[in-house]
Amino acid sequence: MVIIKSRLIKSFVFLTFALSLNACGNNQSREGVGKNGEPPSITVPFESNLTITGAGATFPAPLYQNWFVLLNRLVPRLQVNYQSVGSGAGIEQFTRNTVDFGASDVAMTDEQIKAVSRGVILLPVTAGSIVFAYNLQGVEGLKLSRETYVDIALGKITRWNDPKIVGDNPDLTLPDSAITFVHRSDGSGTTGVFTKHLADISEDWLKKVGQGTAVQWGPMGGRFLGGRGNEGVTAIIQQNQGSIGYVEYGFAKKNNIPMAILENKEGNFITPSEETGTNALANVELPENLRAFITDPPGENSYPIVTYTWILAYQKYDDPNKAIAMEAMIQYALTYGQDVASQLGYIPLPQNVIETVANVADQISPDFTITVN
Amino acid sequence: MTQSDSSNTDNLMTGGRSPLEKTLDNGFKWLTFAFALSIGLILISVAIIIAVGAFPAIKQFNFGFFTNSNWNPVTDEYGVIAVVYGTIVSSLIALIIAIPLGVGAAVFLSEDFIPDQIRTVLVFLVELLAAIPSVVYGLWGIFVLIPITTVFGTWLHGNFGWFPLFSSEPAGPGMLPAGIVLSIMVLPIIIAISRDSLASLPPDLRQASLGLGATRWETIFRVLIPAAISGIMGGVMLALGRAMGETMAATMIIGNSNRLSISILDPANTIASLIANQFAEASGLQISALMYAGLVLMLLTLIVNILAEYIVNQVKAKYE
Repeated sequence: MVIIKSRLIKSFVFLTFALSLNACGNNQSREGVGKNGEPPSITVPFESNLTITGAGATFPAPLYQNWFVLLNRLVPRLQVNYQSVGSGAGIEQFTRNTVDFGASDVAMTDEQIKAVSRGVILLPVTAGSIVFAYNLQGVEGLKLSRETYVDIALGKITRWNDPKIVGDNPDLTLPDSAITFVHRSDGSGTTGVFTKHLADISEDWLKKVGQGTAVQWGPMGGRFLGGRGNEGVTAIIQQNQGSIGYVEYGFAKKNNIPMAILENKEGNFITPSEETGTNALANVELPENLRAFITDPPGENSYPIVTYTWILAYQKYDDPNKAIAMEAMIQYALTYGQDVASQLGYIPLPQNVIETVANVADQISPDFTITVN
Repeated sequence: MTQSDSSNTDNLMTGGRSPLEKTLDNGFKWLTFAFALSIGLILISVAIIIAVGAFPAIKQFNFGFFTNSNWNPVTDEYGVIAVVYGTIVSSLIALIIAIPLGVGAAVFLSEDFIPDQIRTVLVFLVELLAAIPSVVYGLWGIFVLIPITTVFGTWLHGNFGWFPLFSSEPAGPGMLPAGIVLSIMVLPIIIAISRDSLASLPPDLRQASLGLGATRWETIFRVLIPAAISGIMGGVMLALGRAMGETMAATMIIGNSNRLSISILDPANTIASLIANQFAEASGLQISALMYAGLVLMLLTLIVNILAEYIVNQVKAKYE
């Protein structure tokens, strides 16, 4: 009797669970539609089911996974799988032809491109800013000049009431406590972009630390903690009074962590936001191969640390349907995908960039025309 | 039952086993041999693959790898002293906490102090502890343990700051909380194996000891634990292996700092955590250096096992 009862309860629980899942699914499918609720339509000429797989960067992974689920709702025949294995591993798998597309926060170098016999197209599909997130009770709107934030990351400035920080923030009362700098412990494109920026603006950084997806932290002392992934760094900052570290803008925004206002190339102090990020992108000319390393963007209102993130496509696909699928995916990414991007804290691409990327991507397949308007 | 018994005796008497039975017996023997051999082969092939991968780094750094405290992918300069220290010390902290707790719990659970029903529940709970995924331990460490150890660490530093192990202000994540979480993770291994070896001792031992007028405590500490020591040590070694190889929980709590610092209140790093963190994005010599670090971890485990074997033999010799 007892057994029957518990079984009943179990199946009941399972049933309600399944129902609620179903309900979630229904809710979410409504998000698949674009602006103003009008359903975007993408038609693919092939009849059978098609799966394409990609691998690479972890930073845009939440966005990509979101895109591909929504795309699958629009075009049920097309399934896109994405594995966030890291930019380096993404380029590696792409070069070895084990995936249909790669993804990377750091654009491929000329040598890497040469190694791919099928030809490479680099497509920037979204962008992100990297911010200094900090945890300091009662301190909001912390301003950091270029010299100051380099010295904090170097471990040269070790206390919050250092004259340099006080000099940048005459209106704030800063505590006499130690600074803990939080960095990524895993190799990551985020670290790559961050250190590239610092190496570009500071001789000192270039000599003592250098740039790369993983570097040796704290060459001059100071307190350093490593967190795994953006979420790991975010958690450590939230937990430790007096800590500051670099994370993607979206993570800091989602978790409501205060972000430092940074001095840009023109000497203006810029608050990180989607707008200042887009400003930075708009001020950088994209070359023909769409490979722009933004180390220190010019412009009055440009946020200083931004990066594109690329989808790596082959020039030729043996299966013509796969080529069509790739273009359909890019079209989705460049149109409705951009709305999703800003919802998730990524920087939407400026309109001129969208058009350029669409033109370049259109050469993948002769049977599909990308329309972005 | 009786029939088969009698037929067995018949067989024995006449010495006649059917050829089929003989082949089966032989076949089974060879099958188990193949199984045993394959374990060895797997271990050897893993070691060889890692050694081959590590070869460029071994050639480049040689024994300097063990004394260099830099881990710099930008300049391709690698050394493991900092992570080796982190691995050994965090595991030692884990064992220092887990051995008394674990063996104590095993003694309690193998004696008849409490009714059977309650004991079954307790044993079940211990086994449940082993089933918790390490990432959950990591989260628990971040949100529950670290705030506590930070307060405790500040007190330690304030009062015993002259002692090298407590010579720095706690930074939140660090060696101490990592060691404590590891100790909880290895507890079920120590308890389960120690309890089994205590429970499987012949009852004569206990009866004889009590018969000679020893108290229960004397029986436990002078007779039962020494008699079960090889099993207990086996459990401790398995636990140490788990602690040294633990990746996820360690990397979430230890602070991932590749700098060498004696203080256990400072952030540190372990070999397993370093490899897990950097392998995905590594390239060139860095991959090879990570392989070399993996080889060092295997070597450490081997040394620890040999030491344990030696200690067990010493203890046994004393009591035999």
